[in-house]
Amino acid sequence: MSDVSRDTMLLTTPFHSRVEAMCDLNDWGNWMGYTTPNAYFDVELEYFALRSTTGVFDLSPMNKYRVTGPDAQRYLDRLITRDVSKIGVNRVGYAIWCDDNGQVMDDGTIFRLGEQDYRICSYQRADDWLAWNKLGFDVTIENESEAVVGLAVQGPTSCTVLTLLGCHDLNQLKPFGIAHYTFEGQPLMVSRTGFTGDLGYEVWIPPESAETLWDQLFQVGHDYLIKPIGSYALELARIEAGFLQANVDFMPAEEVVRVGRTRSPFELGLSWLVDFSKPLFNGRSALLKEQANGSRYRFAMLDVEGNKPAEHSFILKGDKQVGTVTSAAWCPTAKANIAYAQIEMPYGAAGDELVAEIYYQRELHWTRLLAPCKVIDAPIFKSPKRWQTPAPPH
Amino acid sequence: MNQYDAIVIGAGHNGLTNGAYLAKAGLKVAVLERNPYIGGATVSRELHKGWWYSNCSYVSSLLRPEITRDLELPRHGLQVVSFGGGATFMRNGDHFGNYSDHDRHYREMARHSKRDANAYDRYAADTSLQTKLIRPYLMRTPPDPTSMKPRDLRDLLEFARSFMGLGEEKLLDTIKFWTASVGDYLHEYFETDVIKAHMAGSGIIGTALGVYSPGTAYVLLHHYMGDVDGNVGAWGFARGGMGAIADSLSKAFQSYGGEIICDANVDEIIVKNGKAAGVALKDGTEYKAPIVVSNLDPKRTFLDITNPADLPKDVLKKARNFKIRGSSGKLNIALDGLPVFNGLDPRNRLMAGDLHFSDSLERQERAYDDWKAGTWSKDPYLDMMIPSLTDPTMAPPGKHMMSVFVQYAPPKVEGREWTDEDKDGFEKSVIDQISNYSPNFRDLILHCETRTPREIEAEVGLTEGNIFMGELTFDQLLFNRPFPGYAQYRSPIKGMYMCSSGTHPGGGVMAAPGANAAREILADLKKSNTVPGGYADD
Repeated sequence: MSDVSRDTMLLTTPFHSRVEAMCDLNDWGNWMGYTTPNAYFDVELEYFALRSTTGVFDLSPMNKYRVTGPDAQRYLDRLITRDVSKIGVNRVGYAIWCDDNGQVMDDGTIFRLGEQDYRICSYQRADDWLAWNKLGFDVTIENESEAVVGLAVQGPTSCTVLTLLGCHDLNQLKPFGIAHYTFEGQPLMVSRTGFTGDLGYEVWIPPESAETLWDQLFQVGHDYLIKPIGSYALELARIEAGFLQANVDFMPAEEVVRVGRTRSPFELGLSWLVDFSKPLFNGRSALLKEQANGSRYRFAMLDVEGNKPAEHSFILKGDKQVGTVTSAAWCPTAKANIAYAQIEMPYGAAGDELVAEIYYQRELHWTRLLAPCKVIDAPIFKSPKRWQTPAPPH
Repeated sequence: MNQYDAIVIGAGHNGLTNGAYLAKAGLKVAVLERNPYIGGATVSRELHKGWWYSNCSYVSSLLRPEITRDLELPRHGLQVVSFGGGATFMRNGDHFGNYSDHDRHYREMARHSKRDANAYDRYAADTSLQTKLIRPYLMRTPPDPTSMKPRDLRDLLEFARSFMGLGEEKLLDTIKFWTASVGDYLHEYFETDVIKAHMAGSGIIGTALGVYSPGTAYVLLHHYMGDVDGNVGAWGFARGGMGAIADSLSKAFQSYGGEIICDANVDEIIVKNGKAAGVALKDGTEYKAPIVVSNLDPKRTFLDITNPADLPKDVLKKARNFKIRGSSGKLNIALDGLPVFNGLDPRNRLMAGDLHFSDSLERQERAYDDWKAGTWSKDPYLDMMIPSLTDPTMAPPGKHMMSVFVQYAPPKVEGREWTDEDKDGFEKSVIDQISNYSPNFRDLILHCETRTPREIEAEVGLTEGNIFMGELTFDQLLFNRPFPGYAQYRSPIKGMYMCSSGTHPGGGVMAAPGANAAREILADLKKSNTVPGGYADD
């Protein structure tokens, strides 16, 4: 933990001593007020560890909230847009939550730990929002952000590595499943979840065991080519795998100042997470109205010609500007040039052919490039390992 | 029955690429393979249980990303994984490390010479300029300088413009570069033996030339012009071994309706009335097709499987004179653990890169002297990798697979055929050299596959075991590859084409010759083109 005698601006996570020892590049960033590595040794090689062996990413700064009590499920059903009853015990569900105007505040995962026992893992802080929504529900909400720390252990050999750590029969765990183990006398929770689109797990443990967990993980993982992963490599993997990022691909609704800059689930391609068959939930009536009247924007994944990432590009239909790019990358495994864009309706349906106006600089010289692109209907990276049970050994 | 629109001879990566683009255009295509397995020199085999070898080619950087993407090879199972760095171990116990991080690389060079470390940026800029000149031509048919066809004239003009646009000084540098030796080229930048030796390796790999032979600077370029994801010059492994490239190409080919026929040893291309009509196998089977594409090297294509009566004398002469000299061999080794090298922490990531032991140009040139004298190098130049440090599927956990490319090995030993004793001697010279720098290496060896030019020729069909299917010297590049007048993938026989690494842009697992040849064939058939153009360079 951080040196409490010194009030540093950025904090460090409970894994920091180990992270720091492995961070050869000494290249650090600020994630939610914590000092976290942008890269450990080589972004490209870290990315490829995720795709070929096992990559370990320190998730500790994620916000975690425990929701318990007789009304826990009803409460969450009010809070999020999907049907919470469909998430079984020891299962995880991806979820979004909206404000009353049906605008997305954040996305995250809901871990169901018991009948009326849930944990929300979110990118944004949500204490205030969760507290306001509590009115009328018999639930207890506890901020567990510092009580539970986590590592993403992702990649083709991740199941083998965690099995060697003591997670017996882990290969039987289905995607989005949760398994409980004991590690050094502490509860160790493993979920088959992640942000990379491949076989992978997230492991959760009290902070006191963080350093031991890291040490043992890297010890048993050595022969399986385990590597630490910084945020740059993860960013590449998540774009390739089709995951949205708050503050990048959408603005959390409550933080938006300018009119019209928020987005609804429909506008982010997340309509599958909205379930109107359940009763009142935040944003329901606004979303019903939007469903009837149509959305302003459409989220589009673009397959861009050529090999120049369409970062910050305008998207054109003919001469008309119809959208902008939020995330873009040359995807190293899929060997495709992918961009996420928000496109004005009615453009941007799957198969639509658009143009990305790309600007790139080489040796102080800027070039403007008009690259044809096509809207694709699914992420470009598809690993069969992600869905296989039993999980493959490598 | 046995009637196709096109037959491709040889299921290596170029044959499969060529077949895939022809099949994608709607042709009924068969690719014939002599061996019971596909891949040619792009193959992985489990010769020792639990260990997979990339038996011949062993790294992938040159494979054109345009083709990977267009044929959806990742969807068909191909995953290319980058590796970084490398090292040359020195006789004095030190080493020179090649770090992927620019600043770390500077410090490592500066440890040997501050001046060299500073000169590296100038070297990198000059070398990049040369790669930028050649890269746009990889996915294109070379223009014929003697042709008056509009396309040739246009392409020649563009070629000339990009060269003349360099300005006088850089143009002269370029001409010098294309004809210089890699040793002389490096002398212009560096003073330190080990730094020069580390870099010079790329100038001789696969080539029957020494570091002081004119033309080897280009060979260095040939190894630098590839890319893994826009990192020009970066290298990667195909996950599961190089066979994964051929496997994914075969799946792409089959997804377009193509057919692969193994154990099909072609005896002769059937020619009727001056036109290709099919092929006859050694077992007498005949396959008929108006298009026959040879993925064999130019010598085998014109001297082995074509009836000389069907060919003009000048082609027979050019094929006879085509330079395709065996210069290298390969050891694939199953190891019981990770070897430790003097002076380098085994946990250092450089271990996952390319490793060498020749710490001076002098030693590299002496190794070549042995080849000239008709024997294998007693102190060889090795390009050694441990892919199992990057790809966990190559060997059991904690065990390792080592790929050792060996230079030099002559096609014949003192003028006679290789014997098993020669092969043992060749193997010993390699293992002795590695053992000199790694005390535990010899004890870790569980299995070793040794391939001299004899084995490479016999198994893969590369004449003299030359990995590039013809020397990459200026007299055999661009519009001279394989020979003047025939550089646009066509043979003198109507309907018969070439698509091997013996054609432009040459060897390495690029797949560009196969794709470029398909574009020409489809143009002759007046079919719409299915082959992508190259990415524009910036």
